[in-house]
Amino acid sequence: MNVKIQNNKAWFLVLPVLLLVAFSAVIPLMTVVNYSVQDIFDQSRVFVGTEWYREVLNDPRLQSSLLRQFIFSGAVLLIEIPLGILVALMMPTKGRMASVCLVVLAMPLLIPWSVVGTIWQIFGRADIGLMGAFLNGIGIDYNYASNPMDAWFTVLLMDVWHWTSLVALLCYSGLRSIPDAYYQAANIDQASAWAIFRYIQLPKLQSVLVIGVLLRFMDSFMIYAEPFVLTGGGPGNSTTFLSQTLTKMAIGQFDLGPAAAFSLVYFLIVLLVSWLFFTTITHLDNKK
Amino acid sequence: MAEIHLQALAHSYLDAPKSPSDYAIREMNHVWNQGGAYALLGPSGCGKSTLLNIISGLLQPSHGSVKFDGKEVNQLSPSARNIAQVFQFPVVYDSMSVFDNLAFPLRNLGYTKERVTQKVNEIANVLELGDLLRRRANNLTADEKQKVSMGRGLVRDDVSAILFDEPLTVIDPHLKWKLRRKLKQIHEKFNITMVYVTHDQLEASTFADKIALMYEGKIVQFGTPQALFEEPEHTFVGYFIGSPGMNIIEVTIKGTAAVFNDTHVPLKPALVETAKAIASSNIKIGIRPEFVRVSDTPFDEGSYVATVLDVENLGTYKILTLSLSGQRIKARLEEDQRVPEHTAHVQFPEQYLKVYVDEYLVKGDEL
Repeated sequence: MNVKIQNNKAWFLVLPVLLLVAFSAVIPLMTVVNYSVQDIFDQSRVFVGTEWYREVLNDPRLQSSLLRQFIFSGAVLLIEIPLGILVALMMPTKGRMASVCLVVLAMPLLIPWSVVGTIWQIFGRADIGLMGAFLNGIGIDYNYASNPMDAWFTVLLMDVWHWTSLVALLCYSGLRSIPDAYYQAANIDQASAWAIFRYIQLPKLQSVLVIGVLLRFMDSFMIYAEPFVLTGGGPGNSTTFLSQTLTKMAIGQFDLGPAAAFSLVYFLIVLLVSWLFFTTITHLDNKK
Repeated sequence: MAEIHLQALAHSYLDAPKSPSDYAIREMNHVWNQGGAYALLGPSGCGKSTLLNIISGLLQPSHGSVKFDGKEVNQLSPSARNIAQVFQFPVVYDSMSVFDNLAFPLRNLGYTKERVTQKVNEIANVLELGDLLRRRANNLTADEKQKVSMGRGLVRDDVSAILFDEPLTVIDPHLKWKLRRKLKQIHEKFNITMVYVTHDQLEASTFADKIALMYEGKIVQFGTPQALFEEPEHTFVGYFIGSPGMNIIEVTIKGTAAVFNDTHVPLKPALVETAKAIASSNIKIGIRPEFVRVSDTPFDEGSYVATVLDVENLGTYKILTLSLSGQRIKARLEEDQRVPEHTAHVQFPEQYLKVYVDEYLVKGDEL
């Protein structure tokens, strides 16, 4: 006979985790929730309900930076994911060159964000920067400090330079996990290079691509330091993304209520889009 | 459809092979005729799979050439050779359905939709995969996967040859027999050259018209299953084919007799002449356990007295282990035969007694 012992002492073992999560996530988040529904004067607090939310969602400054943010993250994914796969496919599979490639690829990932911004700030300068001066030298009118298109181009190029390696390394590890037998069988089955990619490599890359897409989406959606150092959000507001707008609001103007409301909206957008990506990709081939 | 000709073919996995043992395939010349059903039989590590991969083009031979219908194909990829190969472990494209798996080679070749459907259904019927066609390939059992794998090899009807690399290793025994029959039927129906690699002599002899037996990177005998049994051309063939294998005894030649310890076995004079002409001290005689005559009473002439060491009862027959002048000899007794208890009288019928010099069979009557 199986007698179930009633013993709730085990709950105590969960306590450290609960405390940790409470202090690291729940309490700070609830503070923000708290701010987002109150108006704070010197010592007094007034409950304002959804006022900040309405204000934030109707603020054209935030709307336009949200739109920019989506365009930026979309462009980042559209460029970095295919490019990363391509780089991974072209990398040598063994020998000394393979390790050299891996080290070279890993290098940009090790550089701090603000340093990357500084590097490109100088690299792109129209007067003395290697790239900027060169482009102007061959007759292309390029100046990221005054032309919004050039600024966008530079910010995107910087992000591609910084993060394509991550996608490439993930895909490289995914490709290495495909046994030789699949390539042999495909070769016997007269598969073209495209068919091998489409039916053998891509399906096997699915799981690493989920990680790659999610990481790149979340990171690019929260980008702050690099464009801040490179362009300062300009020219005008052309490269001001969400984080920067939010920071201005919270720290520059000390509008804590609207900033808190916006933080929550921001957080929910990241959560929602990540979830959409995850479910779409993981269910892609179960449709049949 | 093609005749496959291996010319002075050799292969080494090393960059600078020196001794013969550095070669996975030692120099060989061989022809696989169009439409034949062949088995490539041999122990593990004898180079069977290497040879198969060289024929299919997955591996480039380091020496010699592979010719399809007289045309050298060394530099051609497997797809350019238009060859099909089924591997030891099933390879299925697990993101596709079974139907798409079978259709994959056809679609790569640009077949029309109707022909793809027709061919896939035809092969699915033969392999009894009809019910699984809509299933995704990654949810199949090991033997279903191997059937899909085989199906992909069989679905094209224009291939030069189909190569099988121990395809039934992962299959349940009762299904093995069925699938072997199926392969045989497919062979008869489509008349495609098939080469079947295995280390199982039963599998080889049920599938193939002719067996190539490989040993240490060489084909030591190529012939019908019966020839391999009755006329082993190499001591290894004698040892490997049959259960138990041939009795092989090291001897010296004295006069017209083979001598080991104090036993003299008379040989055909013609054989002795040929053996002596080769001038080697590595001389062996061999006789299959099935052909050793055993009795508990002396024969009229030419028999030897041996001690019985062991009797194994294998149901329909018995295997007797004897000691003759210190040499162990196995003999096979039929069910109804009387089993000698301590001493046995044995006789080696002349027509079944083979002589090997330097491990190769000596044929006396050719002189």
